[in-house]
Amino acid sequence: MKLHLKIWRQKNRKAQGKLVNYTLENVNPHMSFLEMLDTLNEQLIQNKEEPVEFDHDCREGICGQCGVVINGNAHGPLENTTTCQLHMREFKDGETVLIEPFRAKGFPVKKDLKVDRSAFDRIISAGGYVSVNTGQAPEANSIPVSHAIAEAAFDSAACIGCGACVATCKNGSAALFTSAKITQLAILPQSQEERKERALNMIAQMDKEGFGHCSNTEACEVECPQGISVLNIARMNYEYNRASFLKFKK
Amino acid sequence: MKLDAKIPQGPLEEKWLNYKKTARLVNPANRKKLDVIVVGTGLAGSSVAASLGEMGYNVKSFCFQDTPRRAHSVAAQGGVNAAKNYKNDGDSVYRMFVDTLKGGDFRAREANVYRLAECSLNLIDQAVAQGVPFGREYGGYLNNRSFGGVQVSRTFYARGQTGQQLLLGTYQALMRQVDKKTVALYSSHEMLDLVVIDERARGIIVRNLETGEIEKHAAHAVVLATGGFGKIYYLSTLAMGCNGSAIWRAHKKGAFFASPSWTQIHPTSLPQSGDYQSKLTLMSESLRNDGRIWVPKKAEDTREANTIPEEERDYYLERRYPAFGNLAPRDISSRAAKERIDAGHGVGPLKNAVYLDFSKAIKEQGQAKIAEKYGNLFRMYEKITGTNAYKEPMKISPAAHFSMGGLWVDYELMTTIPGLFALGEANFADHGANRLGANSLLQASVDGYFIAPYTIANYLADQIRTGKISTDHPEFEKAVKENKEKINNLLRIKGSRSVDYYHKKLGKLLYDYCGLTRTAEGLTYAIEEIKKLREEFYKNVYVPGENDTMNAELEKAGRVADYLEIGVLMCYDALTRNESCGAHFREEFQTEEGEAQRNDVDFQYISAWEWPGSLEQEPILNKEELKFEFVQPTIRSYK
Amino acid sequence: MSTLLRKIVMAATGLFLCFFLLIHCLGNTQLFMEPEQARLSFNAYSHFLTGNPLVKLISYVLYTSIIGHAVYALLITAKNKTAGGIYKKDNRGRASKWYSRNMGVLGTVVLIFLVLHFQNFWYVYKFGEIGIDANGNKDLYTVVVTAFQQLWLVIIYVTAMIALCYHLIHGIASSVRTLGLFHPKFVRWVHAFGVAYSVLICGGFAAMPVFIYITNLNS
Repeated sequence: MKLHLKIWRQKNRKAQGKLVNYTLENVNPHMSFLEMLDTLNEQLIQNKEEPVEFDHDCREGICGQCGVVINGNAHGPLENTTTCQLHMREFKDGETVLIEPFRAKGFPVKKDLKVDRSAFDRIISAGGYVSVNTGQAPEANSIPVSHAIAEAAFDSAACIGCGACVATCKNGSAALFTSAKITQLAILPQSQEERKERALNMIAQMDKEGFGHCSNTEACEVECPQGISVLNIARMNYEYNRASFLKFKK
Repeated sequence: MKLDAKIPQGPLEEKWLNYKKTARLVNPANRKKLDVIVVGTGLAGSSVAASLGEMGYNVKSFCFQDTPRRAHSVAAQGGVNAAKNYKNDGDSVYRMFVDTLKGGDFRAREANVYRLAECSLNLIDQAVAQGVPFGREYGGYLNNRSFGGVQVSRTFYARGQTGQQLLLGTYQALMRQVDKKTVALYSSHEMLDLVVIDERARGIIVRNLETGEIEKHAAHAVVLATGGFGKIYYLSTLAMGCNGSAIWRAHKKGAFFASPSWTQIHPTSLPQSGDYQSKLTLMSESLRNDGRIWVPKKAEDTREANTIPEEERDYYLERRYPAFGNLAPRDISSRAAKERIDAGHGVGPLKNAVYLDFSKAIKEQGQAKIAEKYGNLFRMYEKITGTNAYKEPMKISPAAHFSMGGLWVDYELMTTIPGLFALGEANFADHGANRLGANSLLQASVDGYFIAPYTIANYLADQIRTGKISTDHPEFEKAVKENKEKINNLLRIKGSRSVDYYHKKLGKLLYDYCGLTRTAEGLTYAIEEIKKLREEFYKNVYVPGENDTMNAELEKAGRVADYLEIGVLMCYDALTRNESCGAHFREEFQTEEGEAQRNDVDFQYISAWEWPGSLEQEPILNKEELKFEFVQPTIRSYK
Repeated sequence: MSTLLRKIVMAATGLFLCFFLLIHCLGNTQLFMEPEQARLSFNAYSHFLTGNPLVKLISYVLYTSIIGHAVYALLITAKNKTAGGIYKKDNRGRASKWYSRNMGVLGTVVLIFLVLHFQNFWYVYKFGEIGIDANGNKDLYTVVVTAFQQLWLVIIYVTAMIALCYHLIHGIASSVRTLGLFHPKFVRWVHAFGVAYSVLICGGFAAMPVFIYITNLNS
């Protein structure tokens, strides 16, 4: 099949970017979306043009590195699917496909389709951990965790940190990402000690990074490759309120 | 050179205890004066960086990904082994040690393997304390599943994303240290070279992948935890960025490279569907519990799978290995598949796959039961192939997966360059010639959390008086100059072929001649072909763009340039090992039934290759003899 | 001020306004009575509302809530506009409800309506020329009935109530989430309650001008 591509090209962080048109013949419907981009790059290299830079690594939907906005949707037309797991059979012959980077104030574009998501790292380093040093851990079975809690914690912990939630949020809010980690650690018994500080510090860092407010449109859940529930955001709000309240009582 | 593995004296159970008892220590006040560089942020890299940071050392952590959490440990699905014996089914450290040693076809050190099993107990404790949501029973206690090659349930899991959850645990521990400023994080930085001063590892040269700037970083010790190089086959289950460059460049600075040809080829991956294909997605091995593997009896049969009658199907694993059937170990299943495909019985448009058929299981257990067990895998299969595997059999094929080989390290995980350590998949250590399922997460974590923090301290103990290492040393300048030159060379060639073209060619050569089966003739041919390919690469590759900007093609070019050198060494390694063991199967050395024939008299050693100084010379083989004091090598049989 | 705290202000003021709407709506159901009875009863009720100091106090809370809700909405929207990305082609709407994305627009419609509403009744009652009913109370009822004999005003009121209804459906669910209700079962209940509450109240309000318009068609 044949595709008309409109791809965002931007030299570096400071440069002004623009959409550039490309035509790609012989696209195989079994190709993954990223393999289609590989094919385009191969063609660009043959023509001595600069290939398109895009984020990708594991190509099996778990590392969270890939992610572009395809025809106005983060990770493309399929819901709950990473860009690398999207295949060209989802597109029609002769279709025009518009490819842009994830956009948000918290995610500056580095080059072409690559964005800087280090804000997520800083949110985690503000408190998204259990302060246990190597060697301090007690015997694993000394902390029973009910099946339901373990499963719920997993549901939150499954986040791959791709940033589609931010890209798809009209407010550029990182609430889903931040809340997933806060929730995972708020419900597990082994991470209760820092529960209040964790919530307050991570949320403060999230704000500092310039992410917007969550206005509960719930779009993030639909585009999230792991289908992380928006109820994590509710839980984050609860943790924030609880921590803010208990802080004064101290 | 005489290789000294520095294995502590004493009974097997006491070796590691004895080591820890007598290892030298660094006073807490002195630790912040000591710098350690850790390259790689997977399970091994993150855990060692975090652990050293907690102890108070000054750590710099590097990764080429945009954040440490993307390291490829994230992709491991099945689980992590530990001899906790929570299932009360007779598991013990000793039993796990024997299973691992046997699984590796007796080509690993007893002491290392025992330590791996021993430390597995602590790892589960550590991970649980970090908040890793392992699967639980309804009573709240940890659950286990069973995995290939063993008779006990010792695999801990977090659904099908165990690697991700373990990695996030260490990533969070790392980010905690970043927040405390004991660890400085350098993501989007790729190591270009190791700097050796007065025969000790003293620093690295890195390239900032966003700006192209070449940076110098000095330290008292350097840790490489850069993972495996299975991506050398181009089509593999690995991430696109996985590479062997860090360990290869360290090898060229004097670190020995052990058993480079031992690559695990995983039997249940999705087959290649076209030339454009960039990676082969792994389907969990657990599918083989209910799926039956077959090919048409007639070669070049083009009928649809469902139209081939039962009597015209060849369930070759059940036929050849009646005792284990479809559950035969990875290396054996992969080889059997290749044998059928090569004989013209392969299926699919490229005739490169075998069927994994669930129709019998669905008939017996019902579709709902199968969906409950494997629903997510069937969904993933449909997402990728567009085929409903409840209706027609899956097509699977073998794919390069894990490098058992890597930098040679002693018991302290130190390479032949003092001060240079290699952890996780980047070293060769514990898996022998074949890795058991769910042992890779274990080895990476144990190396990083529980072994290297002791052994690195032991090394650093006499480094306090050295003082700060300066990056002004001429060796740093020299390395920067060489690497800039190397990069500019690549950019100047301006040929007509893309980097991927060479990578694909190399991958094909390796699959054909240094893959599931090898022959002396094929390997000799491959060595010449790879050398020719390398020459052509330097004449005709086209690397677009500049150095001073983000340039993915340039990154790839550097990695493929190294692969073209590693590939030759792999072939030499396979060529000189005149036996079949584990993943290494030489067609000349097989029994009458076509099974691997190990030679314990002549090849009970680890091949540790020494860089001869230039590409023109043949690599130098050093041997570390393996001694089995506690377990006697036996022949594996799955009939 | 953290993003979460700003949202709490929105939630708290919003929920108070929701509660006010309920009281307002219940009080106004007197308009559905027989005209003469309605006149006396409604006017007496209006008089009670202006005289009582407690009600006065609540009215100040009400005005503060309206202003606070609007000001914080502006602050939040301004920040969100700079934080969110703009795409050349934007199909993100498929993943959410239009009214969830357009709370600002709906809110503005409601605010403009409020100005009109105040001018129609509150201003007239306070400062305008207004008759006296049999009990000596200001005859707001006549003002209302007169106003709603104009079709265009009825249409505006009904339209505004539709806007308010959608604003409330999202607002109630969203504010409860902001306050931290995370249990899936209760979230489902509250959501259903919120929809019913919004439809009933806004339906009730919209029915008033329609009822008056229809019953006065022949006069």
